[in-house]
Amino acid sequence: MVPASWYVALSAVLFSMGVLGVLIRRDPLVIFMSIELMLNAANLALVALGQRWGSAEGQALVFFVMCVAAAEVAVGLAIIVVIFRVRRRLSVDELNVMRW
Amino acid sequence: MKVFAFVILAVIVIGSAAGVLIRRNPIHAALFLVVNLASVAGLYLTMRAEFLAAAQVIVYAGAIAVLFVFAIMVLIPGKEETGPDQLRGQRMMAVPLVGIFLLLAGVVLRSAVLRIPGPSTAVPGGVEALGRLLFTDYLFPFEVTSVLLLVAIVGVLALAKRKTGTE
Repeated sequence: MVPASWYVALSAVLFSMGVLGVLIRRDPLVIFMSIELMLNAANLALVALGQRWGSAEGQALVFFVMCVAAAEVAVGLAIIVVIFRVRRRLSVDELNVMRW
Repeated sequence: MKVFAFVILAVIVIGSAAGVLIRRNPIHAALFLVVNLASVAGLYLTMRAEFLAAAQVIVYAGAIAVLFVFAIMVLIPGKEETGPDQLRGQRMMAVPLVGIFLLLAGVVLRSAVLRIPGPSTAVPGGVEALGRLLFTDYLFPFEVTSVLLLVAIVGVLALAKRKTGTE
């Protein structure tokens, strides 16, 4: 039996890679993919810890996280497509219209 | 045997995540993301979370990946990572900062949570326990989920409609 700490460690590494992707990439699509990586890392930790404490509540939470991720990706990609239609370019560094 | 499966899947997960970060072409990144999500589904299987493994493949590796590929096809990107880098400082700092974050996470996890001996009983049968939980304790959040998805549908439609209106 693999100890839960291994899963949690893997999840921490995966989450860090997602953070790294958000910080270093400039393509909003790839930034979205990195956010998906982070959500997956959180899901992995939830399942592993739920397993460790012998309850299915972790899995129920992962179910809700999946729903939120699906909604988030749909809306986010729609926003990106609209931005592209308006500005014809796709670099997040230039999207500072709403910055104070 | 389980350790073997875990190690193989973990290597695939980390390798494909690195692929998402490194590849310049977003299509390649999306395909690496599919590999990553599918191997996370494999990890769910090793933890006896069969329903989540199936949902992971259908929702993430199916629907979300297809959505990403559609967006990439619509946008036809590939040239946006050029030009002067306005956030160079942030990108230089990213790797050490993430390293510090990982270190802190490791220290916290080693010290606190996982030392507590939990009940080592296995989770009672994947799908049945999860379904029982979703339709009793988590019934209200489960229903609210449908509202959330409806809001997402309406929001996406509104965005798409405004787009065609301006052109």
